[in-house]
Amino acid sequence: MSAGRSGLPAWALVPAGLGAAFVVLPLVAVVTRVDWPSFGSLVTSQASLGALRLSLLTASTSTALCLLLGVPLALVLARCSFPGLRLLRSLVLVPLVLPPVVGGIALLYTFGRQGLLGSSLEVLGLRLAFSTAAVVIAQTFVAMPFLVLSLEGALRARGTRYEQVAATLGAAPSTVLRRVTLPLVLPGLVSGAVLSFARALGEFGATLTFAGSLQGVTRTLPLEVYLQRESDARAAVALSLVLVVVAVVVIVVARGRTTSGDVP
Amino acid sequence: MTGSPTGGPTSSGLLVRAAVDARDLDAEVRVAPGEVVALLGPNGAGKSTLLAVAAGLLRPDRGLVELDGAVLLRAPAGAGAGEGAAADVPPHRRGTALLAQEPLLFPHLTAAENVAFGVRAAGARRRAARAAALAWLGRADAAHLADRRPAQLSGGQAQRVAVARALATSPRALLLDEPMAALDVAAAPEVRQLLRRVLAAPGSPPTLLVTHDPLDALALADRAVVLEAGRVVEEGPVREVLASPRSAFAARLAGLDLVGGTAEPGGLRTADGSLLAGVLDPACAPGAPAVAVFSPAAVAVHREPPAAGRSSPRVALPVVVAAVEPRGPLVRVRAEAPAGGGPALAADVTAASAADLDLVPGARVWFAVKAAEVAVHPARRPAGA
Repeated sequence: MSAGRSGLPAWALVPAGLGAAFVVLPLVAVVTRVDWPSFGSLVTSQASLGALRLSLLTASTSTALCLLLGVPLALVLARCSFPGLRLLRSLVLVPLVLPPVVGGIALLYTFGRQGLLGSSLEVLGLRLAFSTAAVVIAQTFVAMPFLVLSLEGALRARGTRYEQVAATLGAAPSTVLRRVTLPLVLPGLVSGAVLSFARALGEFGATLTFAGSLQGVTRTLPLEVYLQRESDARAAVALSLVLVVVAVVVIVVARGRTTSGDVP
Repeated sequence: MTGSPTGGPTSSGLLVRAAVDARDLDAEVRVAPGEVVALLGPNGAGKSTLLAVAAGLLRPDRGLVELDGAVLLRAPAGAGAGEGAAADVPPHRRGTALLAQEPLLFPHLTAAENVAFGVRAAGARRRAARAAALAWLGRADAAHLADRRPAQLSGGQAQRVAVARALATSPRALLLDEPMAALDVAAAPEVRQLLRRVLAAPGSPPTLLVTHDPLDALALADRAVVLEAGRVVEEGPVREVLASPRSAFAARLAGLDLVGGTAEPGGLRTADGSLLAGVLDPACAPGAPAVAVFSPAAVAVHREPPAAGRSSPRVALPVVVAAVEPRGPLVRVRAEAPAGGGPALAADVTAASAADLDLVPGARVWFAVKAAEVAVHPARRPAGA
């Protein structure tokens, strides 16, 4: 490394190194605490597998929901102009900075029995709170801003020139979207979807508040880790490692690098 | 709106009339079927804005765009002659292909897929679209590039593919926005030649060409329209606009000496049959319409027929002085227009030699220019046309 040539003062390396260690060390700590001989049985216990299955199911569903709602939203934010657009853009990103518990409470008062839409949903026979659907809603709520943010950035960076050319070549707006716009922002779309999936997978606060912690119904992996921490620390550590590995894989994929690493 | 007195709907060809207040543009351009009109003007004059209005990418405050009698844009209702409802046909239904400075090939598609894009958008099946794309690539000398991605193409190759892509949609009007400006000196001539070829083909669509290069205008266009600060300030046959510019921009741009004729090895055969020795542009085909271009500063004025040059061949043209205009330290000697029509020649000489030669209107003199100073370029129209 050559700090002189990079133009950085040499002293900057010290806090930079501390910063890197601050992030990496806790991950190492998890790995050192894993009880390797019983790792397999801990991760494959019925409660763990159930939580893992639920987590994968709900996170995939909410990622699909994020794509379904978030892609058009990002397109509108990036390509349209109307009064209130800036405000809308800020509001859409609020879940990103909102404490998840607050998000859970907000969802409870929207979709819960006494919520804004709850009574209407009740009439339709839908009771969302404390169900698997609630987990999906909570995860979508917190994860969608990642997709919108990533995709909107990619769309803005691309500009509209290719789309204009496509239009002058006779392509209707839907054709332009399908054959030009989306292929051009595919990397942004993929990384946005992967980040959303990761955020959904790690969701804790909003899920606990809005969906509760019912085994097999709403108890996802992070909730299971938190619960096990009090009864069986070794299981908590083993499941934590699973989530760490998933997180690392997600970062590698989101950065657009291909990897042959295998996921446990 | 400065609309022309002839406001009726054009039966055919392209009409673009647009006023964009934010850019202080208020101009009108007409292009007849098969005609190529060069749109000249300084940066910011509104040339590209006018093209964007024609393509439907920009909606003017007031405007009228007609193509082959169909109204593509009318804003507001009733604009233009007579009555008419407001209209704004979206770009993909206008049939106006736009070629910009950058090729803007879709980076995720191969060259052939790029050319096939518009064909498929028009409803052709994949296989038929590919066949059409390959045919157009062949016409653009780019068949061997069919399966390359845009990132693997040079600037000139990419622009040739972009020309094929624009033409493959069989556009009813062609809008060219400085298509050679971003190319290096080696690549520009091949794209210019390709455009010359396709624009000369029978049934080629009305074409509006934005350029700042007088040679592009000479080689590709029939008429020139000069736009300055959003207004049309000059309009006419390219050669006349370039040779005797009336607008400040065209004067800065050109003020060149131009002689029309046909290309011949070693120079240009003028309308009266004499040979004007010069340096031939490689794109010139013998017998094809061409124009000799030289700077008035390269012209020497003689009272007697000058002796044949010893070191380099010279050309001497007998002319009658029409006007003598002081221009700073120099004097511009304007000759009378030749009897057969065409732009008049000019020479820049020092004030001292103008006095020595007793240059007054009516004087018979010889304009001499070295062959090395005479560039012979292909022209779109024969001399006098």
